[in-house]
Amino acid sequence: MLRVVLAEDAVLLRAGLVELLTRGGHEVVAAVGDAPSLIRAVEAERPDAVITDVRMPPDFRDEGLKAALELRARHGSLPVLVLSQYVATAYATQLLTGDGAGLSGLGYLLKDRVGEVADFLTTLRRVAAGETVIDPEVVRVLLTRRTEPLTRLTPREREVLALMAQGLNNHTIAHRLTVTEASVVKHASNIFTKLALDPTEGNRRVLAVLAHLRGAPEAGPGS
Amino acid sequence: MRHQRPHRFLLSSWPLRCWAYVCGGLPLGLAVLLAMLVLVASGLLLSALGIGLALLTAAALFGLPVGRLERRRLRLVEPTAPPLANPHRPLKNPGLRARLRTRCGERATWRELGYTWLLALLFSTAGLGMTLLLLFALILITSPLTVWALAPEAVMIIPGQAVPHPLAALPFTAAGLLALALLAYLAGLLAGAQVRTAHFLLAPREDPLTRHVVELTRSRARLADAFEAERRRIERDLHDGAQQQLVALTMTLGLAEMELGDGNPAAAELLARGRGEARRALDQLRDLVRGIHPQVLTDHGLAAAVTEVALRHPVPVTVDIDLPHRLPEAVETTAYFTITEALTNAAKHSEATEVSVTGGLTSERLTLKITDDGRGGADPARGTGLTGLADRLAILRGRLTVSSPAGGPTELTVEVPCSA
Repeated sequence: MLRVVLAEDAVLLRAGLVELLTRGGHEVVAAVGDAPSLIRAVEAERPDAVITDVRMPPDFRDEGLKAALELRARHGSLPVLVLSQYVATAYATQLLTGDGAGLSGLGYLLKDRVGEVADFLTTLRRVAAGETVIDPEVVRVLLTRRTEPLTRLTPREREVLALMAQGLNNHTIAHRLTVTEASVVKHASNIFTKLALDPTEGNRRVLAVLAHLRGAPEAGPGS
Repeated sequence: MRHQRPHRFLLSSWPLRCWAYVCGGLPLGLAVLLAMLVLVASGLLLSALGIGLALLTAAALFGLPVGRLERRRLRLVEPTAPPLANPHRPLKNPGLRARLRTRCGERATWRELGYTWLLALLFSTAGLGMTLLLLFALILITSPLTVWALAPEAVMIIPGQAVPHPLAALPFTAAGLLALALLAYLAGLLAGAQVRTAHFLLAPREDPLTRHVVELTRSRARLADAFEAERRRIERDLHDGAQQQLVALTMTLGLAEMELGDGNPAAAELLARGRGEARRALDQLRDLVRGIHPQVLTDHGLAAAVTEVALRHPVPVTVDIDLPHRLPEAVETTAYFTITEALTNAAKHSEATEVSVTGGLTSERLTLKITDDGRGGADPARGTGLTGLADRLAILRGRLTVSSPAGGPTELTVEVPCSA
């Protein structure tokens, strides 16, 4: 059972999400429709997790995402799941490379995933448990980047990386690809080597994903 | 010139300004007259030699410095009005020859020359008359002093009638003051006439055609802006309406699936199918919305938006756009749609295997290059959508150049000033 603060400006969707979360056995302690209310609600309720839309009033740009980053900067460990209408990788990059509040407990999910109720609830639980989950569709777009050093990965390694980027563990990846767990470990270590990731640096799996995300253009100042 | 009550005019600084302006025409006009006569005469005398032509050219162009000086001198009598703009076109090419050619081909040059002759002949005469009349008025005003100073010499103001003592000269003083007042008004009139002449001959003339072009350009820019605003409105409506509705629909179907559990596999199958259909509709809608107005451009700028397009492109695209800061909105939008159009063309027509997009900002000018290794032969006139984009760029004072020799490569260059 998680205590969740939800921010979504579309009334219909907000009501639906509250229903979905309640049925999933969670408690929605606050459901708000704009970024300032979201920040106030989090300060007041101290929830276990936040679910927020990217685009909200007053400007209908990326206020939701900005509010999420601000909350992460204040409460480093607060799990945040961002629901987005955009496949655009720039948003995921913005979330993951935001104010150095670590990478644990972040999620970037396309809004349509809420139709896959069980998956959605699973994702929420994983984010609340400190994992990082990026929507497979966004990851797929990322992995089509033809940039070095990604080009050095074999197709199989790329598959493994795509699943890793979704936050799956080796066991599950092995199950999905119907290979042994040992070979997944081998692929993973190849990926880390090829991407020149230092094993002492925190969560290498997420770093692997970030390696691509970092290749995505950053938003310039003033954006 | 201002319209004021008479006594207000007399007691203000205006009479002095007008006198200075009109009387200043005398030394200036004489100097100009002398210079012109010397130039023309010597030019004609020496016309057999090459130097004569140069002197005549100098005479023809003599109006330029005179015009500049006279535009400045207007401040005497128009202290609050905006100064007259330079009527000459900015020089495109350096060098004396180009300069002479440009200046001799301008009507403004000949108007200034006309003014120069007016100044030399007419305004100098007016200045001379005004100076003499002012001197006369001053002599009358100071006549009691003169009488007193020159006593016992007889002073005659009216010939044959000596003024007996200083006080007897007071009526002349009164007459002098009256003359001075009249001269103030006369100077006002003359100055007014000269100012009007200066405005007529020295100010830039808006060619009606130029005005028309400017107006057209503005209306085109307005249209483009309105079009852009409309796109945004449609994007907002779709995002807040249809997209949210569809997401809610997939969610409801998902919840129904959950409720159903394993009770009815046939119904669950249908629900899953319904959800899949809703998702496909969402995907299509998302692509449509992105084509109408890419939100990522608004939120993250040109480089991010182009990268996003590149990721979805059937042909491998390398993007290298390095901008120090965000650009004006109109520039970003136009640049973005130009690039997407170029990429679409590269995919459709050129059989390219590789496209590169590079961009940078040098001295507030955005330069973009879109290069593909296709078979070339792209013709912007063949209605590839590039013509419209060239128009949009033109509104922003930008340029689109296409180089596409048969056999490739095709290179599009976009240049837009970004002085926001």
